[in-house]
Amino acid sequence: MTDTSVSAEDLELYGALKDKEPPKAPRSQWRDVWDQLKKHKGALIGGGFLLFITLFVLIGPLIWQIDPKKLDIRNKDLRPIYTLLWDSEARTLWSRPFGTDNLGRDIMATLIAGGRASMAVGWMAMILSLALGTLIGVCAGYFKRLDGILMRVTDLFLSLPILPLLLVAVTLFRQPLRANFGPETGMFILIVGVIGLTSWMQTARIVRGEVLALKEREFILAARSIGTTPFKIITRHLLPNVVSPIMVSATLGLATAIITESALSFLGVGFPSDFPTWGKLLSDAVPRMEEFPERVMLPGILISLTVLSVNYLGDGLRDALDPRIRGR
Amino acid sequence: MLTFTIRRLFLSIPTLLIISLAIFLLLQLAPGDPMAQVPLTVPPEVKQKMREALGLGAPVHVQYWKWMVQFFWIEPQVLFDHWFGTGFAEGKLRVISWQTRSPVMDIVMQRMPQTLWVVGMSYIVGILIALPIGIYSAYKQYSLFDQAGTFVSMIGFSIPPFFSGVVVIVIFSVNLGWFPSIYDTTLVVNDWDSFVVQLRQMIMPVMVLALQTTAQISRFMRASMLDNLNQDYVRTARAKGLRESVVVMVHVLRNSMIPVITVIALGIPGIFGGAIITETLFKVNGIGQLLLTALFANDLPMVMTLTFIFAILIVLFNLIADVLYGVLDPRIRYD
Repeated sequence: MTDTSVSAEDLELYGALKDKEPPKAPRSQWRDVWDQLKKHKGALIGGGFLLFITLFVLIGPLIWQIDPKKLDIRNKDLRPIYTLLWDSEARTLWSRPFGTDNLGRDIMATLIAGGRASMAVGWMAMILSLALGTLIGVCAGYFKRLDGILMRVTDLFLSLPILPLLLVAVTLFRQPLRANFGPETGMFILIVGVIGLTSWMQTARIVRGEVLALKEREFILAARSIGTTPFKIITRHLLPNVVSPIMVSATLGLATAIITESALSFLGVGFPSDFPTWGKLLSDAVPRMEEFPERVMLPGILISLTVLSVNYLGDGLRDALDPRIRGR
Repeated sequence: MLTFTIRRLFLSIPTLLIISLAIFLLLQLAPGDPMAQVPLTVPPEVKQKMREALGLGAPVHVQYWKWMVQFFWIEPQVLFDHWFGTGFAEGKLRVISWQTRSPVMDIVMQRMPQTLWVVGMSYIVGILIALPIGIYSAYKQYSLFDQAGTFVSMIGFSIPPFFSGVVVIVIFSVNLGWFPSIYDTTLVVNDWDSFVVQLRQMIMPVMVLALQTTAQISRFMRASMLDNLNQDYVRTARAKGLRESVVVMVHVLRNSMIPVITVIALGIPGIFGGAIITETLFKVNGIGQLLLTALFANDLPMVMTLTFIFAILIVLFNLIADVLYGVLDPRIRYD
């Protein structure tokens, strides 16, 4: 132990101590998560479709360069080309693959534009509600003094009738916000705001629960004992550990935000009529759905497929991020 | 248990008061003017007098107090009078709708049966479909039936009611012509024929709402059954020679129902919110549609009362869910 220098031959004697195979690089957590996610077919397809839809609405206008607001009265009420399969008399035009609406606007272009609005509202509202939920959850979990009051507020928000209040808020604040920010931006701020402000409660509860458990662990004690400030503890130690439940509620939040925005548009309190979103396109098409069912079906299918894929992605993420299930 | 229930009841009073205050303050910010519909020939002084007659000139806290007195004190008296034929509320001022100039609660009471019929039926139908699906797919986990059930409930989650409603209208009402797309609330059911008509017009709205319920509750039922099927007591029950049907349908089912029943109770207020869309779609003149028309007509007392009724429903069913959980599961002790 004191001055013996161990020679190479001696080391051979301790062969049992050596690794049988060369050491591998340690696997990161996210690698494990990805491996598990790959096994969930629904999540893969869902994620792929979500990516496709996002690219479709982002790059779509560059490829499909017809202006969604351009009126073309001569070519109004065209049917989609696939109606030719069963009805050879239908008025169709190959340059308008999904037909045109009653003012001659190209449906493909309006679908892309509507998707942009719907996805933008969905993402922004989801991010807002996540940020709010995480902030409140972390504060309630970490600071004991705030816990009681913040959780009372959360319970209170959970007892609010959300859809009626959304309707009330949107109808009441439409005018002032439109006057201040213009019809489209004002409405966007309003809808994102009200959806975000009324959907953060679940995230806050989940994050609070996780933080309460994490706070008692040794690494937090260690961090505190070397004088780390609460802010640093939260950003360096707590937040990275609550990322997985936040991601799962993010997928749920995106799905609900898209559905809520469409529902508001459907009830007629959404965006102005010349600003298409999927819900707006659907509700505008309802009065004439007997003659032109595709105008209802196409945006409806897009909403449903997007929400379905987000839900499947969330399902897979929940399994992949749960270390107890992982590896099974 | 009783003390817990009473304590929760008392705790829900401040919650409801704060909610009503929040809704009231939100509505105070409304830019609309109830006199907007009054003809322009009416001079402004008269309009001002009419506003004051509606109580609009008073300070906010006075208005709020008056609404509270009307809603919590006078309206119950009216209900009491209606039931027992007494005269407590005679001559007292009730919550008046700006739109129709008649008491809000009367209109709500007229509209309530339609909503309760459609919403209540859909919830019951949804539960009746969901429970067997959940039980069977948990019992045969990963079978074809289970996979199909998972897929269908995912679709049920994902298709918003305003789309599924439109789709069933297009298919069953427009193309096949089986069911009417508009719900006729004036229909009086007094013989077999009118009953069939009523049944036909209820099928579509009920099924659209039930799809959502089914998706949610069958998932919960399945998860809850799966939790219980692997427990030790199930092995014991099988080991002592009980029939499989008794093991699953009595032992496991009874224990699995505990969380499911609370979920069912918690879901009831949510279904009223969903009914707003379904009622608009199928033109049922229930309270959801009433709220929407009142909003567009700027009828603030009506909006206030209806939103608050929704809030009462949520708080009430949260309480019921909590109490039920304690009653059904003897391991849960609140005291």
